[in-house]
Amino acid sequence: MDAPKIKNRRPANSIINALPWIGPALLLIVLVVVWPAIELIRISLTKITSAGTLEGFNGLGNYRLLFENPDLKAIAIRTVIWVLSVVSLTILISLPLAQLINQNFPGRKFVRWAMIVPWAASVVMTSIIWKWMLDLTSGEFNLTLQQLGLQNGQPVDWLRDPRYSFFVLVWIAVFVSIPFTTFVILAGLQSIPHDIVEAAQVDGAGSWQVYRGIKFPLLRNSLLIATIINLINVFNSFPIIWALTRGGPGYDTDTMITFAYKMAFVEYNMGPSTALGVVNFAFIMLIVLIYLRVTKATRDQA
Amino acid sequence: MRTKVKKEKVKFIWTPKKAATAISAYMIGLFFIYPYINMLFTSLKPRGELYASPSKRLPQSWQFDNYLNVWSKAPIGDFLKASIIVSVCATILVLIVSVPAAYYVARNRFKGRGPFLLLVLATQMFSPTALIIGIFREVKFFGLLDTWLALIIVNAGFNLAFAVWLLSGFFASVPVEIEEAALVDGCTRFKALRRIVLPVTLPGLVTAVIFTFVATWNEFTVALTIISSSSRQPISTGITTFIGQYDVAWQYLFTTTAIAIIPVVILFISIEKYLVGGLTAGSVK
Repeated sequence: MDAPKIKNRRPANSIINALPWIGPALLLIVLVVVWPAIELIRISLTKITSAGTLEGFNGLGNYRLLFENPDLKAIAIRTVIWVLSVVSLTILISLPLAQLINQNFPGRKFVRWAMIVPWAASVVMTSIIWKWMLDLTSGEFNLTLQQLGLQNGQPVDWLRDPRYSFFVLVWIAVFVSIPFTTFVILAGLQSIPHDIVEAAQVDGAGSWQVYRGIKFPLLRNSLLIATIINLINVFNSFPIIWALTRGGPGYDTDTMITFAYKMAFVEYNMGPSTALGVVNFAFIMLIVLIYLRVTKATRDQA
Repeated sequence: MRTKVKKEKVKFIWTPKKAATAISAYMIGLFFIYPYINMLFTSLKPRGELYASPSKRLPQSWQFDNYLNVWSKAPIGDFLKASIIVSVCATILVLIVSVPAAYYVARNRFKGRGPFLLLVLATQMFSPTALIIGIFREVKFFGLLDTWLALIIVNAGFNLAFAVWLLSGFFASVPVEIEEAALVDGCTRFKALRRIVLPVTLPGLVTAVIFTFVATWNEFTVALTIISSSSRQPISTGITTFIGQYDVAWQYLFTTTAIAIIPVVILFISIEKYLVGGLTAGSVK
């Protein structure tokens, strides 16, 4: 082979050779992720008017304004409750569901397909459908309660009654998170070698013992990944709350994500909203770093 | 990637335990599609039945006309056109940038390969929601507010990770020797890619295409923030126009969501096998 010698001056593993191939992807990532992140941090340190005009360096002024906001504490606590309750309920429900759809029964394919539907459908649209089902007078939910005789007297206005509205949001978030989580756990179950399970059964282990002693420990990686991805998705969750309550009444159902959006694009309170944006970004960054560490660890094991 | 093993048809024998398993599985399946069944029933009700008391689950007179009339009640045609253009273009853009990157990463060890893959993985974790203020200002800076181009670029950027990770796995599964043999036989690099590698990786490409299309189709926050004119709304934000000042035309709202949901559900089901692999790539293996 008489390839031109000039090509060999660069070591073959130089990143320069890689750039024509990975360059476009890098450019897109810089434009869509890196630039907005830097811009957000820059603006959070700048004085900014409600119209978005910049008026010079402001130090931590925007952060001071944010932390002086009397509503922030309640919203931060609610965000923690939101993330923890949605993620833990999702995992707890998905574990047995994955086990169930891993069994052999006629029509299993169709059950799995049915479970994909909430994953594939737009979250805003699913939220609006639930809004209709929870409607005070015409909703499926109150109708069913009534027919089952579980409702005495006044029907409940699930979305406007402050005692229930937040739980309704939690439930819808769990509903749309279960399919992905179940399928990740199912993939974990399917990767368990049959012979290990069979060996245990030959030794007389019951199905619960097999699950506790063999399957569950082997699901560790799948569970870890599902938990971390859900933590991020649920923290970032915007359409459910926006479509159903807009964080209202007042700020009663806001999380830090919807609150930042509301300040920026509804109240035009730009300064503190950018500061909150950075706080949110930092939180996600932290989980992403944990994720990268965990996945690196599991990759190295393999 | 996967070798097809012909499954032996084992005759299924019903036992009480198996019947209990099957029945609970059917009920759970029903539970997860029930809201969408409710949507279909509501979309077929006449206006008068929506708030009828006592309310009924099934339409009393099936109003299939709703699916014809809805087109004149709201600019659904415009919404769908916007969604299709944005989703198709974002998908093409993802393919253009991710196929070469995935191929190179699968075939070559180079300095910076690890950091590049981690950067890609990190973008999959960031949703545009947390960065929306920065995205808004950048789009404004480029004078692209209220344009589909901005939506296309942002959606492509946040969905490229899935394609890069999934496709690099597929490319890596094609033995280098086959490719080299083709090169020796006088194929150009490009020809080898097209004739040898692409057919094997076709399922991966189809999965990447469908995943990007559906994710862009369903995207809400960026469209809500960037698109202001009602004529340019995609369907995900356009449907909120049914929730008017006075009341909600639920039957038309739900004919629209049915039109928007059913095709993407079918697409998503068709890639079921590879979904988890793409989303948890690099971790669960």
